[in-house]
Formats: sequence, C-alpha cells, structure tokens
Amino acid sequence: MDFLAPFIEVYTPEHFKFLLEGFGVTLKVAAISIVLSFIIGGLIGTLRYARIPVVSQLLAVIVETIRNLPLLLIIFFTYFALPEIGIEMEITTAAIAALTVFESAMLSEIIRSGLNSIEKGQIEAGRASGLNYIQTLRYIILPQALRRMVPPIVSQFISLLKDTSLAVVIALPDLLHNGQIIYAQKGSYVIPVFVIVALMYFIVNYALSLVARRLELKQS
Amino acid sequence: MLDFSILTTNMDSFLEGLKITIIASLIALLGSFILGTLLAVMRIAPFKPLNWLGTAYVEFIRNIPVLVIVFFAYLAGNFGGMTAGTIGLTIYTAAFIAEAIRAGIMSVPRGQMEAARSTGLTYGQAMRMVILPQAIKIVIPPLGNQFINLVKNSSLLAVVAGGDLMYQGDLISAKTYVTFDTYVFVALFYLILTIPLSLGVGYLEKRLARSH
Repeated sequence: MDFLAPFIEVYTPEHFKFLLEGFGVTLKVAAISIVLSFIIGGLIGTLRYARIPVVSQLLAVIVETIRNLPLLLIIFFTYFALPEIGIEMEITTAAIAALTVFESAMLSEIIRSGLNSIEKGQIEAGRASGLNYIQTLRYIILPQALRRMVPPIVSQFISLLKDTSLAVVIALPDLLHNGQIIYAQKGSYVIPVFVIVALMYFIVNYALSLVARRLELKQS
Repeated sequence: MLDFSILTTNMDSFLEGLKITIIASLIALLGSFILGTLLAVMRIAPFKPLNWLGTAYVEFIRNIPVLVIVFFAYLAGNFGGMTAGTIGLTIYTAAFIAEAIRAGIMSVPRGQMEAARSTGLTYGQAMRMVILPQAIKIVIPPLGNQFINLVKNSSLLAVVAGGDLMYQGDLISAKTYVTFDTYVFVALFYLILTIPLSLGVGYLEKRLARSH
C-alpha cells in the first residue's frame, strides 16, 4: 500500500479546490484568447483571401513567421523582451497577448482555407445578381465557409487549451502551475499530482474532441 | 537597431543550442515514427485488446499538454534535461504520427490486404511488405508537419534545462541583460530550420494533391 499512500495524502478537498482554481484560470485565458484570435485571425484570413495587393503579401509574411516560431519563444518574448522597448504587461495580459498572436496566425489559415473551399462560381453568381464584393462575402461566402470552419476551430481550441500550460514559464497561476506548487511540497507527490492534472486536461479536451468529430460527421 | 555583437560574441552558444535542438528533434522524430507505426498497427490489428490499448494511448496523449509530459518525464524518471525532454516529445508526437499513419493505412484499398493474404503472407508480412510501403507515400506530408511541430516543441527542453536553442537564448539574455535582441536572434535561428521545412512540406502536399 506504500505506493498508494502519497495518492491518499495528495487527494484532499483543499488540493482539488486549488487545482480547480488553476483550471479556471486556464479556461479563462484560453477562452479570451480564442475569441480575440478569432476576430484578428478572421480579419487576416479574409484580407488574404481577398488578395489585396501588398496587404495580402505583408500579412502572408507575418503569418508564416509566427506559425514557424515556437509558442514558448513568443511567450518569453512578450513577457521578458517587450518591457525593454517600453511595453510592460502583467502576467495574465502577457499570456493572453502571446497566445492571441500565435493562435491568430493559426486561425487565419483555417479561415482562409475555409473561404477558399467555397467554389469561385459562388462569388461570380453573387456579383452577377447585383451584390458588391463585400456583400457577396458577407451574405454568400462567409455563411457557407463558417459552417465548414467550425470543426477545425474546435480542434484549434483544444490546442489552445493545451498550449495555455506553457504560460507556467511566466508563472501564470493555471492548472499546471498550481499542480507544481502542490508537488513542490514533497517528492512523492509528483506522480499523484501529474495523474490528476493530466486527467483534468484530458477530460475537457477529450469531450471537445468528441464535439469536433460529431460536427465533422454531420457535415460529411 | 539590433545589437549584432550579441550574436557574434555568443555565436558558440547559439550554435551549440541549434545543434541540440536539431539532434533532439531528429531523435524524437525517429522514436515517435517507430512508436507511432506500432500504435497505428495496434489500432487496426484484428485483435480487440490491442485496438483498445492503441486507442487509449492516442486519445489520452493527444489531449494533454506536451509540457505536462515533458515535466513528468523529467521529474518521474532519473534523466537529464535533454534526455527527459526528448522522451517527452517522443511520447507526445507518437500519438499524432500514429493517427497520420493510420489514415495512410486506411487509404490503401482493402483488396490489397486480401490479395496479399491469399498469396500466403501472414497478417504481419502483408502489413510490412504490401500495405505500409503504399501507405507511406500519403503519410509523408503529415509527417513533415509533425517534424516542424517537433522542432518548435523542442523549445520545451529549455524548461527542463535541456541545453537547446531556447535555453541558450535564456542564458545569453541573463548574461548580457539584452533580452529583446537575444530573442530576435533565437527566433531567426528557429526560422532558419522551420521555414525551409514548411516550404518543403507545402511543395510535397501540392505534388501529392496533383497525383491524385
């Protein structure tokens, strides 16, 4: 029973409450970041889809640069390097800012390929019926593309929930961070804490992945 | 303007970090390819307990953060930072590669397996000599994408003192007190690795799309 002893010691109501508080921070930061990323990524994706000279190319370079960098570097950069040029943020803001920069680039690609998946004839038909380009995008292309984008966006949200854990490097008090505080008390707490932390991430993300899969099946 | 003396005076550290980033990514790619292939075969093998085991691994690992796995490998095992980090990356990436390989295997027509079996090959032989060689073509672009993710995720070695590019960047910025410029150079080193890989994968994806 020696093996189980640390589990019994760690799994107290106080520790659970502490971990759930951390998970609350994880969910809050992830939710704010996905909403901001959807707005910014949507704008970038649409501008690139519309092939506006110079703007589209510039955005392509920015998006490709961000997508090819490690998120950890972007988080470090936001929190430790930006203050050197006078941009200081507190931990939660820095975490949200870094995640939003990274996920906006990811979402812009999802949105762009969703828009590209709608047949070009739809635009021509929209224009021919007297709508202007913006109206055609708004009333014809976007409503169809959005439905196709939902499953990849849910998948991206799962990635974001997992990626939020990287903000422990700037001491964001999220689930992993609170887990670290608990296992720092005693060496034998490491395994029980990781088991419960991993399970908490798993339950939420797995549920979300089932939703994404359902939506995909519904569409095909 | 960027202070290039940071780059020139610390070139050895940057290159040492770059080397470890490349080595850790390559080892993790090889390891997760082997483990991923094994898991993919388990998931489609005609033996239910193997299916369950493979599915449980893939679903569990895919839905938890890679940092949790890296920390766990570092704290629960008796390894140095680089080894623990590489093991963590391998465990995580194997789940994604398994899915890519499974999709590849599923894309080979069923008749191929039946034909191979009827010529007298065992299930294992048919898989190894007939199905997998055909599946691999479809699997290469997603494998490339996983390799790019690996290079980026290898930055997590920095959190367990793994000596990689990100870690060296942290040391240099702590030594010089110039964080902004140091991180820009670290970013450039990552882009030297990831941009050509991204372009290569994009090219392969286009070629494959055309041949279908």
